[in-house]
Amino acid sequence: MFPVKELKRSLFVSIWFAFLTFPIMVIKVDPIERIVSWRWDNMIFVAIGSFVLSILAKVYFVRKERRAGSKKAQTVLTEPYVHRILREPRFLYPLSLAVLTFAILFPHLFSAYQTNIMTTALMYVVLGLGLNIVVGVAGLLDLGYVAFYAVGAYSYALLNMHFGLSFWLAMPIGGLLAAFVGVLLGFPVLRLRGDYLAIVTLGFGEIIRLVLENWNDFSQGPSGIANISRPGFFGIDMSFSASINYIYYLVVGLVVVTIFVVNRLQSSRLGRAWLALREDEIACQAMGIDKTKTKLIAFSLGAFWAGLVGVIFAAKTTFVNPASFTFLESAIILSIVVLGGMGSIVGVILGALTLILLPEYLRALSEYRMLAFGAILVIMMIFRPEGLISNVRRSYRFKKQTSSESE
Amino acid sequence: MSEAILNVSNLTMDFGGIRALDSVDIEIHRGEIVALIGPNGAGKTTFFNCLTGIYTPSAGEIQLRHPETGKKSRLNGMKPNKITEKGMARTFQNIRLFANMSVLENVMIGRHCRSHALIFGAIFRNPATRKEEREIVDISYQILKKVGLHKQVNEQAKNLSYGAQRRLEIARALATDPFLLLLDEPAAGMNPQETEALINLIRLICSEGHSILLIEHDMKLVMSLSDRIFVMDYGKKIAQGTPEEVRSNPAVIKAYLGEDVDA
Repeated sequence: MFPVKELKRSLFVSIWFAFLTFPIMVIKVDPIERIVSWRWDNMIFVAIGSFVLSILAKVYFVRKERRAGSKKAQTVLTEPYVHRILREPRFLYPLSLAVLTFAILFPHLFSAYQTNIMTTALMYVVLGLGLNIVVGVAGLLDLGYVAFYAVGAYSYALLNMHFGLSFWLAMPIGGLLAAFVGVLLGFPVLRLRGDYLAIVTLGFGEIIRLVLENWNDFSQGPSGIANISRPGFFGIDMSFSASINYIYYLVVGLVVVTIFVVNRLQSSRLGRAWLALREDEIACQAMGIDKTKTKLIAFSLGAFWAGLVGVIFAAKTTFVNPASFTFLESAIILSIVVLGGMGSIVGVILGALTLILLPEYLRALSEYRMLAFGAILVIMMIFRPEGLISNVRRSYRFKKQTSSESE
Repeated sequence: MSEAILNVSNLTMDFGGIRALDSVDIEIHRGEIVALIGPNGAGKTTFFNCLTGIYTPSAGEIQLRHPETGKKSRLNGMKPNKITEKGMARTFQNIRLFANMSVLENVMIGRHCRSHALIFGAIFRNPATRKEEREIVDISYQILKKVGLHKQVNEQAKNLSYGAQRRLEIARALATDPFLLLLDEPAAGMNPQETEALINLIRLICSEGHSILLIEHDMKLVMSLSDRIFVMDYGKKIAQGTPEEVRSNPAVIKAYLGEDVDA
């Protein structure tokens, strides 16, 4: 059943892994006692483990190919059942209602700690959905998305510090400022494409961070801005736990609004233009789409959501400093979009929850958690390269005899 | 004859030291089917790209005149999307459909420049936006019906057969409401039946009041469709006239068959 060639390859994989993990798994240096211990048995475990895993993966792929080969003839059109659920309103509505109820009950079912983590995860959901407009739908690879997040956070922090502006006033201002910065960046940059755009946006993200870090008079530098007021609720003073719940509900509300807006945008004239722009820019222009304008709208809308979440972030932590807005943050948000499935709203939501909650719940693995996290990401990308849930385009139905579906 | 709807004079395009187009003059009148032929590398597609704003010509004049309003506009250096808005749409030699979008959506993109809804309309779906959206779908469906693709509206464009993809490109261009349609090798890679169907389609489009300028290598199609033919070689226009005139023009025969052939 198993050809020798495959066995050889697996053997090679296991040797390679043993070699790769040699420094961390085998050598152990004790700097105090000045002893180096060589744990050779670990190497054997790694070798055996990777050998078995590689064979298992191969079996999976062989089977998958065989299944695809035999099924091709009869069932081309079987969609995955996830897509069927998402397409049919009679499944989708009860499901989203159930999810929403769960989300509302969440703070009462779980501890304040859990609620706090969930709030963070939901903030990333919004960030992911915002970036999804730019990367997933319009196909503009933006590696500096966190810059807009920083703009939102700092605009609330600074406005609050200098002018005592309330959270509710700062929220639209933060969003609009971020969108404005998005347009500013967009004008010179959007003629670039693909890799070049990615590099420039990456640089832009770093510029914003460095400015915040070094312009002490403006942003108080690396020490950041503390004592930002929490969001108020008609002037009522809230206890600490109540304010955690309050922010949680606020974020849930924002998530709902974001899903609604992004969904509508995607199935609109604008959404179609974005998709077309992702597919073929020249054809797009030849069909009468203003490339610059359409891209700018995508860019500034994406930035707008980042700004909103930035304001909430500042209000939630009551403290901002440039360390929260590193490139890693951009990378995580981008992974959320890619992992979840480009352009798919449900995919991005799942992606954000997995990526943010997984490291939290992997804390049980203590020092290996980031390793496990990385491994899970790699495995997911091997088995579902198009993301957790790929995007479903809306379909149109026409009655047979007549010209129009609507009249 | 009425005033030309497209008037190109002295059009020149240089790429570095290479002159791809050398003082080309062409004019097209309302309701005509005009063909542009020439050996490979003669500059036909460059000519199209200059007309549609993908390249900015080095010298010369391109003037478009709307047949109904009579409004003239100079196209040199205009952006491609503006030119499409003026009423000149094109297809591409190497098919450039939006492969991962549905057939209907491809055509709906063509309606983009004739509709207006933006962020506000998209989010709130006010009556005006809903009406506009319905019209987009209706018109797109009508156009698909015309080119015979109405049974595959929800199919992804990349899953269509080659001939169907070419027809979809024409449908998409038609959706922009052009009065002048530029077709870049519409019959390339088609089998005889498909070509026959394409000839009928082009006639139908023309009879509905669109003028057509096409680049084509299929001589059967060119000779049976065109009212007039322009011939290009090495970036220059070498001949023009009715199919009969062009067929017997010695310069054309020389360009196609080489120096030493006695016609």
